[in-house]
Amino acid sequence: MTANQAMIENYRNSFLKEVEANVEEGEWVKMCMQCGVCSGSCPLGKFWDHPPQEIFMMIRAGKRDQVLGSDSMWMCTSCYNCIVRCPRELPITHIMHGLAHYAKRLGLVPANQPTAKFAQKFWDNLMAKGRVNELKLGLSLYFMNGFGEGVKVAMKNQKLGMNMMKAKRMNPMEIMGGHAVQDLSGFQKAIKKAAELEDARIAQPGG
Amino acid sequence: MAKREYSFYPGCSSQKGASSSNLMTSVQTMCEELDIQLNEIPDWNCCAASIGYAGGGELPRLTLSARNIALAEKHHAGQDLVATCAACWLSTREAAERLEEDAKLMTEANQALDEADLKLENKTPIKHMVEVLIEDIGYEEMGGKVKKPLEGIKIAGYVGCQTNRPFGIVGESFENPVYLDKLVDTLGAESIPAYEKKVQCCGGALAFSEPEKSQEMVKGIIEAAYDHGADMIATPCPVCQMNVEVYQDQINATYATKFAMPVVYYSTLMAVAYGRNARDAALDGQIIPAKKLDELAAK
Repeated sequence: MTANQAMIENYRNSFLKEVEANVEEGEWVKMCMQCGVCSGSCPLGKFWDHPPQEIFMMIRAGKRDQVLGSDSMWMCTSCYNCIVRCPRELPITHIMHGLAHYAKRLGLVPANQPTAKFAQKFWDNLMAKGRVNELKLGLSLYFMNGFGEGVKVAMKNQKLGMNMMKAKRMNPMEIMGGHAVQDLSGFQKAIKKAAELEDARIAQPGG
Repeated sequence: MAKREYSFYPGCSSQKGASSSNLMTSVQTMCEELDIQLNEIPDWNCCAASIGYAGGGELPRLTLSARNIALAEKHHAGQDLVATCAACWLSTREAAERLEEDAKLMTEANQALDEADLKLENKTPIKHMVEVLIEDIGYEEMGGKVKKPLEGIKIAGYVGCQTNRPFGIVGESFENPVYLDKLVDTLGAESIPAYEKKVQCCGGALAFSEPEKSQEMVKGIIEAAYDHGADMIATPCPVCQMNVEVYQDQINATYATKFAMPVVYYSTLMAVAYGRNARDAALDGQIIPAKKLDELAAK
């Protein structure tokens, strides 16, 4: 049974309970009063198939596949405008991050979602050395849609890269290894432990 | 007067050879002039910024920040923790608050940190450098150090998102914060309090994954600065600075605009106003030169 099927079994008929138990800050979803201020405040609002207000109602209506398979949460720029304007003070940004992460955890992210791909690359990059290697991250980003596409993107950004190097804000030597934490083993063990604890909590029916 | 000391979290993009190393240079200069000593947290790690949410779950992300706070508490006991990067500050403060409110997460974070022989007390105030300037130093003291007033320079204060929301600076409004305008005035330059894009999102990390969507917003930020007759934009945020400065060529190509608007850090403004040279003010880190500051720094 896949992780996704296990969750469908655990929370049969209540997607809201599943979100409350397993999604970061999910217990706030039922507090939404459908005013729509979040949707109107989002800088990328016009690109969301389902803006946050709609997502909250869809969760209550049990539209599990439509929510978790949606492109929408991946449009969040983390600007926090919705959070500070929400009259009920729901942590909307965090709920959107939480839904996106939960969709990724269950393997439900739409194929080739660019922000989902970039976000994973960012995480893998920082986990490798404990600090982000901007050069490797940038190059992996250029080539995330295959080699041919990557060459095109890299050419388009060539001038930008030269500008950054000239201003000493990009260092080609970072490709050799780059900045890192010293206690890399302790760092990685701690984050691995944190991931294990979280996995165990989510695997329990009812959270 | 005795030096003020803080435990300092510079963040990945402020490291040598990284995209906001110019922020680091100008902040160090500013701090020298204001008698502030920044003690770098030994062996700090990345905070995962905002975009880390997809790869890392809640607890792994909180543990990243918990490790930094625990290291600060171990090595710099009693000092406030200060960050210059908006994302670093936000992640660290968010983690501190979440762990304060949720005893179960706090226990789990400490279980994880135990693997690295660290323990989080979570008693440390987490501050943005701007809070240090406004609350600990104050406009009067900042203004008193000005040797070369930035006279005749009109500056659009671009606060951006994460320095302003969800925490912001105490007493300031989320919709129209005025502290950056006040700082610009304090340094002898001309502020633009009516600059309507001062808290507009630049796209953040989506500048990489959704460049067209992000650049459409950046275009508006620059256009509004031109409409107000600005000579340059100033910001406290490394992501804002990068996104608004470095894509102007690409925006010009897409929209047939002719943008060449310098985007500088508040710390660069302060370093120049305090009489320091172009190098100390990190003016050599500009991709679009801030000519009026270059001229003043050379005088």
